[in-house]
Amino acid sequence: MLLLLAWYVASSVGWLSAHTLASPQQVVTTAGELLRSGELQEAIGASASRVGLGLVFGVLAAVTAALITGLFKVGEDILDAPIQMLRTVPVVGLIPLLIIWFGIGDQPKLILIALGVFFPLYLNLFAGIRGTDPALIEAGRTLGLSRFGLVRHVVLPAAVPSGLVGLRYSIGVSWLILVFAETINATTGIGYLINEAREFFQTDTIVLCLVLYALLGLLADIIVRLLERGLLAWRPTFTGT
Amino acid sequence: MATDIHRDLKPLGVADPDAHVGAVRVRDLNKSFGDHTVISHLDLDIEPGEFVVLLGASGCGKSTLLRILADLDRDISGSVVVADARAVSFQAPRLMPWKKVWRNVVLGLPGKPDRSRAEAALAEVSMTHRSDVWPKVLSGGEAQRVSLARALVREPDLLLLDEPFSALDALTRLTAQALVADLWALHQCAVLLVTHDVEESVKLADRVLVMKDGVIAHEARVDLPRPRDVTDPRFVALRAELLGHLGVGVH
Repeated sequence: MLLLLAWYVASSVGWLSAHTLASPQQVVTTAGELLRSGELQEAIGASASRVGLGLVFGVLAAVTAALITGLFKVGEDILDAPIQMLRTVPVVGLIPLLIIWFGIGDQPKLILIALGVFFPLYLNLFAGIRGTDPALIEAGRTLGLSRFGLVRHVVLPAAVPSGLVGLRYSIGVSWLILVFAETINATTGIGYLINEAREFFQTDTIVLCLVLYALLGLLADIIVRLLERGLLAWRPTFTGT
Repeated sequence: MATDIHRDLKPLGVADPDAHVGAVRVRDLNKSFGDHTVISHLDLDIEPGEFVVLLGASGCGKSTLLRILADLDRDISGSVVVADARAVSFQAPRLMPWKKVWRNVVLGLPGKPDRSRAEAALAEVSMTHRSDVWPKVLSGGEAQRVSLARALVREPDLLLLDEPFSALDALTRLTAQALVADLWALHQCAVLLVTHDVEESVKLADRVLVMKDGVIAHEARVDLPRPRDVTDPRFVALRAELLGHLGVGVH
């Protein structure tokens, strides 16, 4: 709030030129204009669908991989080491390669986001699966649960809390990578708006886009929190003192 | 109607090995962890409907024996034959925290989770009013009752109890012991209860086995009428005798 006020004062007094940073009123006016022209909705739609699709692919891949490595020793031996190796490669560094392989359309952007989403979720899910209390697995066995039953009723529910932590982290990463992905050869999306604005020193649009990124990220986080509330209702949580 | 969980089956010297099988038949059981022998040449029979208490100090192998009977440990030699319908209740209740109480009770039963069946089992342990809560909000005694209901809903021929009362406070423990005695009378299943509490063993058992250094060192029949009175001189004498066999002298 204070920061917003300082920004407002600095802009109106003239300490901040519009070239450095547009005033808050200017940002709001621009938002109104872009909304009226429909550009803003289109950009948000394009960006959100990229993140959404990238998330879907990344989550599917991470869940599949974590199930294979988490549940089977053989899976771990074969798959985990290469994944850990790849994890250390900065995803953004893959952009040139992805462009060469997949061109400059939406495909490399989706792959980039999916890759960024994959690792945090995979690591947390794997740890969650392996962290299942052996006492509960034993109890499940004495209750006559089959191998599949154990996975479904014991191992997977036990992995959900850490899986959700991974998902939250993944969603944060997905927006971050979207920013990188969209500043390269995008013709739609919030990143495209930023790029275009940069050419014309439209700091108002740039600020607006940054605010949008923040809001969309927040929205995604709220969705995961709701998911947590539903899925982890069984867990009496420490909510801080 | 019985499961063989033996490795290294040795002939039992009987023409038909399944003849006269009670709830448990163990012959020449050996179990070691590395060089350390936990159970050596152990024989054990439990008749259908019999209440056997396995008494011993920590580390004597009694819990290991129970785990073998529960088919949680197959790395053994010798012959172990146990009833197919068996259920276990552990020292910690081991309820799945992500399943409501009633779903915990019927977990692992074939078919769809049957709520009425769960509630009937919960009624036996006076826990029907808690059937719809998460296990984490239960007290220790309540959780142990649910764990018992979860075992008994399977209608076992053999109920294995691994120190189920040791984590409970003294008052709750008395109630829980009485409850187990009632449930045993109701279900008429064979029970093997592992404990280090001598008084508990004399209170509940048809037969008390004292385990020491991997073998059954002493066996005592308890013929006192039930419910048993801890101040009965025969009760006191038996308790002293068992304590003596455990190496704890009472003067």
